Formats: sequence, C-alpha cells, structure tokens
Amino acid sequence: MSVAETSTCRPDDVAVAPHASLPVTVIGPPQGWLSLNVREVWRYRDLLWLLVYRDFVSLYKQTILGPIWFLIQPVMTTLVFTLVFKNIAGLSTDGLPAILFYLVGITCWGYFSESLTKTSETFTANANIFGKVYFPRVIVPLSIIASNLLKFAVQFALFLVFWTYYKFSGHAIAMNAAVFWFPVLILIMAGIGLGLGMIISSLTTKYRDLRFLLQFAVQLAMYATPVIYPASTLPEKYQWLILLNPLTPILETFRYAFLGVGQYSLGGLAYSACCAVFIMFAGAVIFNRVEKTFMDTV
Amino acid sequence: MSISISIENVSKMYRLGQVGTGTLAHDLNRWWARVRGRGDPFARVGQSNDLREAGGEYVWALRDINLEVQQGEILGIIGRNGAGKSTLLKLLSRVTAPTTGRITAYGRMASLLEVGTGFHPELTGRENIFLNGAILGMTRAEIRKHFDDIVDFSGCGKYIDTPVKRYSSGMYVRLAFAVAAHLEPEILIVDEVLAVGDVEFQNRCLGKMRDVSREQGRTILFVSHNMGAVKQLCSKSVLMRNGAIDMRGETPDIVRAYLRSDAHTQRVFVGAECETAENDEIQLLEISVGDADGRIDSHLITGESVQIRIRYRLKRPIYNLRVAILLMTTDGVEVCSSSDIAAAAENSPRPVGEYESICLIPKNLLNRLGYLVSVDFDVPLERDILSGNRVFFEIDELSANQLGRTRAAAPSGVVHPRFEWQVNCRKTPALNVHGTQ
Repeated sequence: MSVAETSTCRPDDVAVAPHASLPVTVIGPPQGWLSLNVREVWRYRDLLWLLVYRDFVSLYKQTILGPIWFLIQPVMTTLVFTLVFKNIAGLSTDGLPAILFYLVGITCWGYFSESLTKTSETFTANANIFGKVYFPRVIVPLSIIASNLLKFAVQFALFLVFWTYYKFSGHAIAMNAAVFWFPVLILIMAGIGLGLGMIISSLTTKYRDLRFLLQFAVQLAMYATPVIYPASTLPEKYQWLILLNPLTPILETFRYAFLGVGQYSLGGLAYSACCAVFIMFAGAVIFNRVEKTFMDTV
Repeated sequence: MSISISIENVSKMYRLGQVGTGTLAHDLNRWWARVRGRGDPFARVGQSNDLREAGGEYVWALRDINLEVQQGEILGIIGRNGAGKSTLLKLLSRVTAPTTGRITAYGRMASLLEVGTGFHPELTGRENIFLNGAILGMTRAEIRKHFDDIVDFSGCGKYIDTPVKRYSSGMYVRLAFAVAAHLEPEILIVDEVLAVGDVEFQNRCLGKMRDVSREQGRTILFVSHNMGAVKQLCSKSVLMRNGAIDMRGETPDIVRAYLRSDAHTQRVFVGAECETAENDEIQLLEISVGDADGRIDSHLITGESVQIRIRYRLKRPIYNLRVAILLMTTDGVEVCSSSDIAAAAENSPRPVGEYESICLIPKNLLNRLGYLVSVDFDVPLERDILSGNRVFFEIDELSANQLGRTRAAAPSGVVHPRFEWQVNCRKTPALNVHGTQ
C-alpha cells in the first residue's frame, strides 16, 4: 500500500491502517501547538500506577520507621514553627490552636511545593529512561502528582487526628459546608504545581539556571503565602499583594473549612481556579514542544 | 507481503559541543529567522556526518534516509561507530524526533535500546518485571499473563522476591531481557543487547528473536557490532556510512563490504590520516602487513610468514603496556588473538618514545582468504588505551593445499595450517603378509 493514504494522520496519531487492523504510528518533526493524546495516556495508565507504587515503596525501603517518616516531617516542622513563630516571634494564628494552624498550612504547602519541585525535574531526572524507551512523557509528572497525593492523604489524616483531639478538648473549632470544596482545592493545588513544574522542567532541559532559582524561590514563596500567618494580619495596603498569589485563597479556604477562621470568598477561589487552568495550559503547551526532542539538548 | 516500516527522507541534525551562553544567542537568532519566515540560519553548517570534518557547530547525523522494511523481515543494520545507526533507532523508537522527513510504522513498536531500562534496584524481581513491562508498553494484565514464562526464561525463579540490587549482573540482564522478550509488538527494535550475558543465554536470545519473527511474523530491526549475531539472525542487512544508507542486500555481502570498508587502506594503516589513532597517551603511527622480507607491495602466500608491524609513539610512560592484535576473517569470524606481552619485560614501564611491535605469523598457517587485523593497546585487567584500528590484507596464493584438489578456490576453514600426517599400515589380509614380497 502507498504511504500517502495515511498522510492525513497527525504526528503520533494512532489510527487504524486501512489494510489491516494494525495501529499506525507516524513519526515526524515536532510541529503543532498542542497535540495531547489522551487515548495514549490512558493506554499507559498501568505505568502511572506502577510508578506511583515504585515511588512509594522504594522511598522508605531499608528504613526502620518506613512510611512513618511521612508523619514525622510535618510534626517536627509544626513543632518548630510553633516554637519560633508563635512563641518567640509572637505571630498571630487567628485565635486558633497553633499546632492545628501550622499543620494545615504545612501539609498543604508541602503538597504543592513537593509536586512542583519533583515535576520540575521530570526531564533531567528521567533522562536515562526517556533516552531509551518511548512512553507518553506526561505520565511521569502525573505519577509525581499522584504519589504526592498519597503522601498528602496520609499527612491529612494526621491533621484530622489532631483536629479531633482539639475538638474534644474543648477548642472552638468548627467544620462547615466549605469542606465540600476540599476536592476542588486539591485539584487546583495539583494543577498549579503540575503546570509550573512542567514549564520549569521544559525550560531546564536546555538551560539549567532555572533549577537554582527554583530551589530558593520555593522556600521564599512560602512566606508570600499565608502558611505561617493568616492573610488577615497583613496591613490593608499589602492585602492585594498576597491576594495576587493564587495559593492564598486555597490555604485560607482550607483553614476556614476545617477550623472556622479564614478569608473565604468564591471570587478568590475562582481566581485560583482560573490561574490553575491557565498555568496548566501553558505547561502542557511548553511540555509538548519540548518532549519530542529534549533528548538532544538535555 | 506488506510494508511494516517506511522511512521517507528522514534527516536528523545535532548540535555539537556544549550548550552554553552561545546557545542562547543561536536560539534567539533562529527564533528571529522563524518569525520572519526564513529557514534555520544554522542548518547549513556541517553538511554531512563525517566526524573527521567536525568543523561546524551542527552536524547531520542522518541525511535523507529512505528505507522500507517488509513485515516479518529481520533487518540487520551495521556500520561504523558514528555512522548513524543508533540515531536511526532512536528516531524509530521515538526517543527523539527527526529534523525533517517522516517515518510510518504499521503496528505496535517496542525497542530494546538497552535492557533493564527503569529497573529500580530497591524493588524485587517481581515488582521490576511489572514496572519494566509497563515502561515497555505492556498493561498489567498482559504482564500477568506472561509472568510465569518470563520468570522461567530468566531462570531467576528462586530470587524473584529479592531486590534486584542483590542480583548478579548476569541475573539482572537475564531478567531484563526476559521481560523484553515477552513483549508482543509487531515491530521490535534491538540494539546491542547481546553484548551482555553468557554465550548460552545469548544463543537463547537469538533463538527467541528468530522464533518471534518466523512464527508470529514480527518485524525486527537489529543493530549490532557482533557480525556473527547479525549473520545468524538477519538474512538482509543495510550498511550505513556517514549518516546515509550505503548498501542494502544479503547479509553476507553486506558484512563483507562493511569489514572491508572498515579497514582504511589495503595493507597499510597510516595513523596521521585518522583521528581515532591518537589520544593523550599514545599515537599510533602505522600498521603494516608485509611479507617475510617486510615488503608491503608484494603478494602474500601461505607458504611464507607474514609480518605485522605496529609503529607507535608513547606520549607518556605507560606501565605494563600490551599491544595486541585480533585476527579476523572479512566475514567477521574471529580467528585468534595475540600480544607482545610475553616479549616485553613484565612489570616495567615503557618510557616515552617511538616503538615498533612486530608480530610474525608463521608460514603454513593462514588460508587463502581476506583477513583483518585489529590492533588494541591496553593495560591488562586495568584499562583500554586505544583500540579498533584495523588493516586488511589478503592471502593471494595457496602454496600447498592439504586437501589436494578442491572445487573451491580455497579449502574450507578460516586457517589452513600444515599438520603432520602419517599413514601407517596396521593390519593387512594374511595372504599378503606371507606373500611373495
């Protein structure tokens, strides 16, 4: 058969060849703006699951405490924050128990920052696998988001344990209807982390400079997000600055939903969601441009 | 027979050297040219993939490749290092994309560019089978279906729940290949996997690949420097040179052409003409094949000895240097190897200077054939210094055919040494013993 018959296929499209029921793969130079192949990603869903499994199992192999390390990190950080920011610096926690206030912030921020830094290493850290086998590259960042979600779930369960303790020891904390935003909040956080991570990962294939920037940018960004202080304590004239940060509404809504105190507004959430969609889209486009030929430059 | 892979006008350009500050300037230039609708301003530099002329900053690793592979064919791809074989396979396995042109493949493709990709040392054999299988494109259900076969084939059954970091390197490779061997793609791309593992396992792998192709009609592209394996597995081959396809045809012809083309000149190799002949430690000046008197323009005959002279200059003293030769036929059969280690004083440094190592191949040993001599410099059990430089010579005349008359021009075999024969009469009919004699 002549090859011209299939020339209508876009690169990487998998279609059915006319002469047999074989899938046709067309490999060509990178082109087009965005050619997400959702069907192909779906076909590799088992790989995604296995990568999550690998990350989870291999991380704490040959450790005594194993997955308990997931809990030790936030607990220790919370204790240190309580000591330093609450007791020494005397920062406000909006009248909430300091442990709960910091724990929810640290858990959420941890999820976001881990997702971001790990996905931003997608290309450089997996160059040796990517250099030998083809599979949809986007599987790797997705698996990172997923395995961090697992970790987040464990840490959040810990938060709920503390929450229950404080609730029954007579503190004025109350869950409210905003709790139903929970999955949306996670989606938005994951989206921003994934999108930014993909952008940075794509840019670092050629120029490694961004990687150094990212290291301390993430650290500093925590202070531009209401993790260790409530947004309400900021002076009026700087409020707009912190509201510009799409993560602010997420953290504030989290606190409001589970602890009853925080700036909760649908407008803020909508703003975060829009940012997430935009960043995800930008990330997908840039990632798409780079993934096909990054092996030549990495 | 239908087409399995069709490659049309495929080219691939690479940037040479480091990515640094200058790269940004080039990128901006290129972007600016694209904005104005012009072509790539740097694409013209470095026209062909000839490593000796690597002057430009960009090089075409592949240039206008056209190739069609039939379904069920096992096609060997051979060529010197840097000829573009691996680049072609990388394009086929979608590790990177071509600069221009297109490849159309009918059927699922899987590549074994190197086995064990994605193996995680901390995970057990069982977990790695699943992980590796998924990376290679299998679903969990497919892996489960083949799981027992995979374990059987690898012979690692007892250790399947042990982390693979505890495996010996042989077991590791066997397990990895076992996973790959049970992939069920219509097109399989194999590169140099057989360089590892013991001979028995290598043969098992070759057998498995042949079965897969013959019984299930799968297409295999096989890249290797092991001419024996290529000949064993592939009936057809292509020869690549400088990023282009040089020849295509029956494997024995292609192998012969490759091995001949690879030896730079007929009987003399001049180091100055070749950049592979020099590094920081040593400069190979010349390899020459002469007759008993050292002449290099004469006919070589089996009845006279052959002298291989290797002239080289040491740039720094080398302790325990070994100069070795590997003698091969032009069909790629290894005949024997030898070195000057016994002639040199043991445990002594060879100081800076010019040297000549001469190897004398005795008369009445070689056959009437073309031979290749590959020269290696190394320190035994420690490191390689310089290797892969070759000369080609032909023995033109058979002084004595020990089979008497043969139909072929030469008796079979890669050597034709003169053996001592005796014919003894041990028993004869009684009549003759007491006969009239």
